[in-house]
Amino acid sequence: MLSACVLASLSTLSFAAKKEKKVWNETLDKYFTQIEATEVAPDAEGFIRRWNLLEPISKPNRGNTVFVDSYVRDAFAKQYFDGQMTIMPEDGQKVKVVEEVEVVEKGAPTDMRRMMGPAKIEEVKTTLAWHALDSKLFNVKIFRFAEGYGRNHYSLICWGVTVINCEEDMTVRLAVGSNAASQWWVNGEDVLLLSNDRRMVQDDCVSKRITLHKGKNIVRGALINGPGMSDFCVRFLDEAGKPVKNITVSYK
Amino acid sequence: MNKKIILSASALLMMSMAASAQIGKPYIHDPSSIVVCDGKYYTYGTGGGGLVSEDGWTWTSLPREARPGGGAAPDAMKIGDKYLIAYSTTGGGLGGGHAGSVVTMWNKTLDPNSPDFKYTEPVQVAFSEMNEDCDAIDAGLLMGPDGRLWCTYGTYFGFIRQVELDPKTGFRKEGNVAKDVAIDCEASTMMYRDGWYYLLGTHGTCCDGVNSTYNIVVGRSRNPQGPFYDNVGRDMLKGGGKMVVAAEDRAMGAGHFGRFIEEDGVEKMSFHWEADLDQSGRSVLAIRPIVWKDGWPVAGQMVEAGTYEIESVRRGYALELSVDFQRMNVARRGGFGAPATDEPEISIPNQTLEEVIGSWPTGNIDVRANDYMSRPSQKWVLTPCPELGATIAGPYYKITIAGTNRALAASAEAEVITVPEFTGADEQLWRIDQLTDGTFRIMPKAIPGCNEKYALVSLGDSSPTLAKFDMSSDNSKWNLIKRK
Repeated sequence: MLSACVLASLSTLSFAAKKEKKVWNETLDKYFTQIEATEVAPDAEGFIRRWNLLEPISKPNRGNTVFVDSYVRDAFAKQYFDGQMTIMPEDGQKVKVVEEVEVVEKGAPTDMRRMMGPAKIEEVKTTLAWHALDSKLFNVKIFRFAEGYGRNHYSLICWGVTVINCEEDMTVRLAVGSNAASQWWVNGEDVLLLSNDRRMVQDDCVSKRITLHKGKNIVRGALINGPGMSDFCVRFLDEAGKPVKNITVSYK
Repeated sequence: MNKKIILSASALLMMSMAASAQIGKPYIHDPSSIVVCDGKYYTYGTGGGGLVSEDGWTWTSLPREARPGGGAAPDAMKIGDKYLIAYSTTGGGLGGGHAGSVVTMWNKTLDPNSPDFKYTEPVQVAFSEMNEDCDAIDAGLLMGPDGRLWCTYGTYFGFIRQVELDPKTGFRKEGNVAKDVAIDCEASTMMYRDGWYYLLGTHGTCCDGVNSTYNIVVGRSRNPQGPFYDNVGRDMLKGGGKMVVAAEDRAMGAGHFGRFIEEDGVEKMSFHWEADLDQSGRSVLAIRPIVWKDGWPVAGQMVEAGTYEIESVRRGYALELSVDFQRMNVARRGGFGAPATDEPEISIPNQTLEEVIGSWPTGNIDVRANDYMSRPSQKWVLTPCPELGATIAGPYYKITIAGTNRALAASAEAEVITVPEFTGADEQLWRIDQLTDGTFRIMPKAIPGCNEKYALVSLGDSSPTLAKFDMSSDNSKWNLIKRK
């Protein structure tokens, strides 16, 4: 039972761009490691743990039931930063972002009563950084990633990109679980949409057969969530539904 | 004529509704497992209070002090001669804080009017801090076959966790360390059957009324502490779970599973519908049979009003009136000795009631079992009669021959007969339970002059009687097959 799940709280957003070149703290250290090797294998179950993640973009949503297909597609079709669908960022690379924030009037209630009224949304410009990380878990905890980099951990959109290296062409399927909705592209092709108020479940949604080409393949994903835990897990499955492990993962 | 049809259709709809929904005022959210105390059924919900029922089907509200402490999603169980209640003092909340606390307390009785009704001071048995991937709400209790007492808790915010409690005190067992057993679900609880420990959780969207997608899933393990895998081998720590119950035609958002074992082979699950369209979209208590299929629990169905063949599991014969078999006068086509013909195919109507009823006796008629031949004497209309009483299995049913008021009844000799007119007498009402193997038990509400709890049983292949129910014997079981 989640008594507050429909009307969830949104804390006021305040996130000046970090001046430190490398932020690292207890939260990040609990869930992620900083990348050391150039390439890594997927984990024992084929999960892709290496991702270059953009600090979450603010996208106010007081509940998660709005994430119908069209909403999710529209949310990710909107341009938040240059090169959104093509960028291969460096670790630490910064991008200028236009994001939405909820403006809280002075004197407004700070509790659930505020959630009952209409939200006042404004667009603001900010600068966010990409971070190349390995998840310590099979899933990538965006909630903790956001927290670790001082971003609001609710009401967010998070973009991620990774590179899959293959020794030969492979017919596979992309398998994703995400909390909440997400969309995924492989080599620029839209291959998977996870819509609705969704929980992170291993192999929840699986793409049609796609080809990973010999050499580098770019996997790009975007996740959206209102209140609650945000995370995702990604792996490739072969024709028999078994995890694909004869690949390596890099972030550039 | 049209009006008649409309009235008849709406009456059928009402009967169908009555068969599937709890009646009275079954309004509750996050119900605990159902517990019996002094012959009454109790369940507790979020916010305090709960529901009580004399018959297991008709529910009324309990005062708030019946389960004090507020908070969320209790569970309840009887241990020895006392009742243990677990609940969370916090309310969870995706957008709010995730510091949670699960407490337990005891009472000698669940009856708030009893002089013995007094809760012990609640004791914290589990908690979550703000920075943990867990929110300690939604407690679920299981006493394993070895006497170990388990409590699971948690919500969508990270992990479902399990702690072990001391069944003597209800306290957390000393030295016990909370264990992660599932992820991204809530309303967890456990059950045990045939060497397997089952972990149940609720997925989907909570608390969104008719749009709630809440659904109950399950994984299992040979070890009480997991790992719990679903039917395709997915760990519940990776979101795995096999569906137990989801939305029905008129009710949405199944959540907060509780198991109620009445006797061997007769099990019920309790949960809430986030919204019952026939009860103003309110969150209500629901009870369904538990059917075990290939070692997995699934929600059985309430028997809908309609026309059925009642087939014995013993032989596969159909329950029928002991009347002359009336041949259908249709020339044989094809087969041994029948001439081949090039005539075009035609559709031959079934034998009708009007064609045969004149040959039936007008008084009581015995019943027997025989080859099913789609004859009027073999078609039974099952009609729920909530106004004539109910049990935890649902309303009592009248069972009549289609197109007539001739009703199946228990005789004073503890045999099964039909009487020409249904009067609503107790011996003409039948309790129908879907059993754990998916078959059905059919029991009269009463047998004149007999206090035995008898069920419809196949004495021989063709000879039904009333006798003691035995889950281990196919003689005691029946299939209900929808017929036109």
